[in-house]
Amino acid sequence: MLNDWLYIGLFVFISMALPAIAIFAAGLLSPKKPNPIKSTSYECGIETVGPSWVQFKAQYYIYALVFLVFDVETIFLFPWAVAYNQLTLFGIIEAVLFILILLSGLLYAWKKGALEWM
Amino acid sequence: MSFWTDPMAVIANLIGGWLAGLGMTEGWVTFVLSFLGAGVYALLVMLTVVLLIWVERKLLGRFQDRLGPNRLGPWGIFQTIADMLKIFTKEYITPNGVDKVPYNLAPILAVAGVLSVWAVIPLGATILGANLNVGVLYVVAIGAIGELGIILAGWSSRNKFATLGGFRAVALLVSYEVPLVVSLIIPVLFSGSMGMNNIVHAQKDIWYIVLAPVAALIFLITSIAENGRAPFDLTEADSEIVAGFNVEYSGLKFGMYYVADFMHTFTIAFLFSTLWLGGWLGPWAEKYPMLGIFYTAFKAWFIYFTIIWLRGSLPRFRIDQMINLNWKVLTPLALVLLMMTAIVNRLVPEGMLVVRTLALLAVNGILLVGTSWLLNKFAGRNKRVVVAPEPRPVARPEQISSES
Repeated sequence: MLNDWLYIGLFVFISMALPAIAIFAAGLLSPKKPNPIKSTSYECGIETVGPSWVQFKAQYYIYALVFLVFDVETIFLFPWAVAYNQLTLFGIIEAVLFILILLSGLLYAWKKGALEWM
Repeated sequence: MSFWTDPMAVIANLIGGWLAGLGMTEGWVTFVLSFLGAGVYALLVMLTVVLLIWVERKLLGRFQDRLGPNRLGPWGIFQTIADMLKIFTKEYITPNGVDKVPYNLAPILAVAGVLSVWAVIPLGATILGANLNVGVLYVVAIGAIGELGIILAGWSSRNKFATLGGFRAVALLVSYEVPLVVSLIIPVLFSGSMGMNNIVHAQKDIWYIVLAPVAALIFLITSIAENGRAPFDLTEADSEIVAGFNVEYSGLKFGMYYVADFMHTFTIAFLFSTLWLGGWLGPWAEKYPMLGIFYTAFKAWFIYFTIIWLRGSLPRFRIDQMINLNWKVLTPLALVLLMMTAIVNRLVPEGMLVVRTLALLAVNGILLVGTSWLLNKFAGRNKRVVVAPEPRPVARPEQISSES
């Protein structure tokens, strides 16, 4: 088991290192000729007006918030799914109740208009 | 134990024995073996992607009634290698005012988030990286790092198009994770384990796509959306926001997004094959693990082809359509499917495979019919507004002749 985690750790390290090495090597091979016009932001040839980090509709973040609620709750379902074969019918009904609460949360967000694109 | 029945163990023993002969302790031998295994595996996956880019371009060409790459080598097969060599010598243009650290970290994370998934995908009975007991959870967790790369890129480029792409990534890619995770619970529920190889072993009697076709469909749709390719390519919609999050990237930094995108499709195909199509299972696959690689790749190929087919056939969704599809169709459907599968699967007694399959198929059929009935019922609710100019006289020959 510990060997498995060693392998995973090394694999994640290598999968970070491979693109990093490639990008570094390409940096050595490629020319570097910056000039002021080349290094302006590319906005289809029109000069940038105002700051780029604009304030935007809160709508985008509401989706992120709804996501957070759901993702945390679905993670709780994984241990239940692993233990499913040992559970009695009562244990499954309890999980179903949990999912129903999740669904009513979705319905609430839906009725409140959090899922409407504006 | 010969090379043909257990190749990985034979190679590991060979190199391990040689290293031990050099005077290494057992711990270091394990470390070096894991490092070599992981390195070779990751490199092979990266190199396969180079070939797959050619496959995809060729297929897309055929779908769009073109020839595709056909100049370099037989059937243009060396085209991507030439492209790769070219992109290595391209200049990095770093625009003014970028946030240096996330800007440079984002392409690395985008690739790493996809490549790391390969550590748990079993290719044969014994040819696998690591059979983690939390494999499925690992896939979900690591997959989110790729999205983080996209969001970081959009934010750090200091460009309005890129920022918009980043916003869209927050709203879309992240949302599609919910039905994806819920649909992944179903194979875990059937097999009673999160280890990928255990899930494959549990499919010996019947593939899970037969037991839960709707969940497999949800997995496919949400995976394509996570991948951010057509018809869900809103984060890099070139006709709307130029190139979205990667507009300020050039040279190999852009190339890394390209690689990550193609590798993601490849990974989805293999994950689908493992979770729903029985992975390496097939005749004699247990005895000769090398055959398993062939079976997994063969099954994955159909999914890979389907994804490219969808890309070549479907137009892009509007953002509100895509959001509605996720939150109002796929998420409730996935949750209801999970509940009904759990109950029906338990109500059927152990051992009655045919009855269980038929019952679960009936549940899936009812859900599909019910969903399409509901969708049709509410389809007419939002009236379509036609945005078009007033009809104007057109300079057609017959009109000109009638006035004179």
